[in-house]
Amino acid sequence: MTPKLFTLLLEAALSTLGISLISIAIGFVIAMLLSAAMLTGKSIYVLPARLFISFFRGVPLLVQLLLIYTLLPVIGINVPGIVAAIVGLSLCTAAYQAENLRGGFASVPPGLIEAADVAGFTGAQTFIRIRAPIALRLTFPALVNEAIMILKSSSLVSVVGIIEITKMAQDLASSTYQPIPIFASAALIYFIINSAIALLGRYAERSLKGASA
Amino acid sequence: MMFDPQVIIEKLPEIGSGLFVTLWLWIAGVLGGVIAGFIVATARRFGGKIVNVVLGAIVEVLRGTPFLIQIFLLYYGGPFVGLMLDPIPCGLIGLTVYSAAYYSEVFRAGYASVPVGHVEAAACLGMTRFQTISRIQVPEMALIVLPPAINLAVILLKESAVLSIITVPELTATVSAIGSQQYAFLEAIFILAIVYWIIVELTDRLGRMAENRLSRLRFSKA
Repeated sequence: MTPKLFTLLLEAALSTLGISLISIAIGFVIAMLLSAAMLTGKSIYVLPARLFISFFRGVPLLVQLLLIYTLLPVIGINVPGIVAAIVGLSLCTAAYQAENLRGGFASVPPGLIEAADVAGFTGAQTFIRIRAPIALRLTFPALVNEAIMILKSSSLVSVVGIIEITKMAQDLASSTYQPIPIFASAALIYFIINSAIALLGRYAERSLKGASA
Repeated sequence: MMFDPQVIIEKLPEIGSGLFVTLWLWIAGVLGGVIAGFIVATARRFGGKIVNVVLGAIVEVLRGTPFLIQIFLLYYGGPFVGLMLDPIPCGLIGLTVYSAAYYSEVFRAGYASVPVGHVEAAACLGMTRFQTISRIQVPEMALIVLPPAINLAVILLKESAVLSIITVPELTATVSAIGSQQYAFLEAIFILAIVYWIIVELTDRLGRMAENRLSRLRFSKA
């Protein structure tokens, strides 16, 4: 294991980080849309949202990635592999984030929603200004966990040929014939990133608590 | 492109054998993980500080790194330290170790949920540690541990699809191979998704039934 190999892994880690962060952000937006759909209480919105969440939580991410990777070209959308990978990760994490947020939205005090209604807020305003911020604050630890899960799950996009830590480690392991130090280093990099996310999450949680007090 | 399920229907026996491998690997991995996880959690609680710190560090590493990397390390790295494993045993060991790390955390929370007073009362009554664990702590934590344990089992079923990458002949590997042989990749992956979806929904439902059963049992005795 030379420093040069380790540098290559570190460079690939940037790609892992980028893919994960973009997917979590897109997934968050979709999760909020799903939550808004569920909160309308109208079955025309609720049922598709529920089906979406159930499907993406019920199917292995690897299978989802393979499905999206094969489906997109078939329906005439030709995108680079990396886009397919981000789409797959985003949809998957959206389902999980929506499920996490559900608990948060359920614990928003009804009095606040009534008050917003009385104050003349529209449904959308109540959602954006009252319900979503409270639900987000309540479920923030779950969001941090989800970020860690996605970072680990992003190793699967190596299967569709995206160069990130795992794929780079695989290539290096087969070309240098030193699988143990290389995969161990890859594991170490993942572990450090995840520990950093957990630490940042705890820090952010504390300042969120401070803000609400 | 037409969606043609016929190719898949012809291959049902092969898909069945892949499903069988997935199911037994999953069940064995979960059972092994529950047992090993319980032992780890118990050792961490009663084994002293050093045991707690060492096992805690191992658990953190296993939880903080992707399953795929762990499997690669075992499958490709194993032979360098004299550990030649075929794909299936390698997958089984990997899945068990990975699930043991997560289950140990579930049981750790379970132990923490049992009121200290109950444990002290047991000690006052002269119960041995083994008696306290088996008669007081395990029954009391059962209801708390069940929902996350089921959740984890579902996650592990989905994780087991990753084993296809090291050529374990489980469901994902079998069905995607059929898909490429028959030039019906989309159909194959579609069926694959549906099969996993059904198993996950069934497991969820079974878990909820077990939960209801257990809570009724518990409250009827009280």
